[in-house]
Amino acid sequence: MRGIAALIRNPLMIALVMGLAIAGCANKKTPNSAADLGLGGAATPGSSQDFTVNVGDRIFFDTDSSVIRADAQGILSRQAQWLNQYKQYGIVIEGHADERGTREYNLALGARRAAATRDYLVARGVSANRLKTISYGKERPVAVCDDISCWSQNRRAVTALNGAGS
Amino acid sequence: MKILLRTILLAGAIAAGMNAVATLPARALVEIDVNKGNVEPLPVAVTDFLSSDGLGAEITGIISADLKRSGLFAPIDKGAFIEKISNPDAAPRFEDWRVINAQALVTGRVTQEADGRLRAEFRLWDTFAGEQLVGEQFFANKANSRRVAHIIADSIYERLTGEKGYFDTRVVFIDESGPKNQRKKRLAIMDQDGAGVRYLSDGSSLALTPRFSPSRQEITYMSYESGQPRVYLLQIETGQRELVGNFPGMTFAPRFSPDGQKVIMSLLRDDGNSNVFAMDLRSRTTTRLTNSNSIDTSPSYSPDGGQVVFTSDRGGQPQIYVMGADGSNQTRISFGGGSYSTPVWSPRGDLIAFTKQTGGEFQIGVMKTDGSGERILSSGFQQEGPTWAPNGRVIMFFREAAGSGGPRLYSIDLTGRNEQAIPTANFASDPAWSPLLE
Repeated sequence: MRGIAALIRNPLMIALVMGLAIAGCANKKTPNSAADLGLGGAATPGSSQDFTVNVGDRIFFDTDSSVIRADAQGILSRQAQWLNQYKQYGIVIEGHADERGTREYNLALGARRAAATRDYLVARGVSANRLKTISYGKERPVAVCDDISCWSQNRRAVTALNGAGS
Repeated sequence: MKILLRTILLAGAIAAGMNAVATLPARALVEIDVNKGNVEPLPVAVTDFLSSDGLGAEITGIISADLKRSGLFAPIDKGAFIEKISNPDAAPRFEDWRVINAQALVTGRVTQEADGRLRAEFRLWDTFAGEQLVGEQFFANKANSRRVAHIIADSIYERLTGEKGYFDTRVVFIDESGPKNQRKKRLAIMDQDGAGVRYLSDGSSLALTPRFSPSRQEITYMSYESGQPRVYLLQIETGQRELVGNFPGMTFAPRFSPDGQKVIMSLLRDDGNSNVFAMDLRSRTTTRLTNSNSIDTSPSYSPDGGQVVFTSDRGGQPQIYVMGADGSNQTRISFGGGSYSTPVWSPRGDLIAFTKQTGGEFQIGVMKTDGSGERILSSGFQQEGPTWAPNGRVIMFFREAAGSGGPRLYSIDLTGRNEQAIPTANFASDPAWSPLLE
């Protein structure tokens, strides 16, 4: 696991991995995007709604892992493409953890997920100057229940747009 | 009856000037061995302190509740009392107390001095030996009557167990309100029994992991108030806040050194890993203690300041490590299966409390400082964050039962018995116990 994580952080290796990933994953839908709900297409191209609905603003992680999963690679490459087209946005990547860890460790884990996501986008050509990261640990769950159906949604990195536009 | 009185002055709101006139010779007659796993609570009779108003009974109620919650004492129902104490300066009729099996008896009086101060006198009697064990009096502002009660309870606890008490202490914690996905988390402080809650932040931004300085006057905590998560210092009485250091990334998991001169904490690196640093609060110099490509966090000093215990996932999952306070000899000590985090060194120096995750459960436990002798005190769906009472006999932590909607605070004896819920108005997490005021 750590070996893969190290590879992912290396931009050259990411380019190689991405080449493989795009072929396999580009058409996969995000499990949690509004596009799945039939809301796609209505948003103005280049709006933050367009980004959230048509691109997908979040990726998910395995338990106690910051490795960018295969399904997440497709989403991040779409994000990078979109962000490179609409350069007016600053970007904050929020790293989150599920509740099945202790508070301080999860702050660090969320930070590691945000950094892995940032590094991936940078490797896909998004300017590092536009990207900030923040960790919320397990303090900001989106799904609230006491089982794995919620925990898997809370282990996430969200690419949030700010600045001009939207 | 010749009585020696120790006089303690409680002058200010928090700062207490203590003036020991004389102390009694220690002759243990009735006593409790707190190290026994299953001690039978000692029956004690705590009589209402004589007073012209209800204050005497109020103080007695607080003393009784402290003793009872410790699990070591069983206050006897007042309805069973035979003798009515009318002169607390005179020896009681010991046979009247022996017959209801009161091993120890507490009597006292509360009066008001000419200058408005409260005067509280109490005596602790060994009913079977027919002797006075303690006689003390305290002067305090009326606003400090609860503290007087806790100090008396500490005195009784110390005389009968041989251990320092912990009732005259406070707890900083995170008060949690609102829905789980938008929870408001604010700093709060209260007495160890849940009374006197005061909020130290307004809840407009997330605040987490408060910890006391050894002086009890200051806390260090982590907050999102500037937008970025950072470690701060807060003067409890003045409300003055200060950022600790000026680092590019997140700073978190702060704790004071035992001498109060340093804050040890984690700093996030640009590559997403976190390492442990110590910052000298006077010189503002920062020392790196770990430098691994991993998450190193939750550092906690040994009470002599010579070592640091912390969490690291350098071996693949979170485990507990010990190192010298200069970062030397980083050694893993947890090997019990599962993952370990939130290590906290006991104020006695002999044990480390931790959170362990195994088999889908969260456990609170203790181990020796070399990792041996692991004992699990409590298991549950979700619980974490142990903190030690200053006498090292009791641990407080927070637990969220499945489906309960939020966490609550609990305390448990080092023996694993006597679990007690700490009453709080809202959900509560991240308790940190204050030191005793010397």
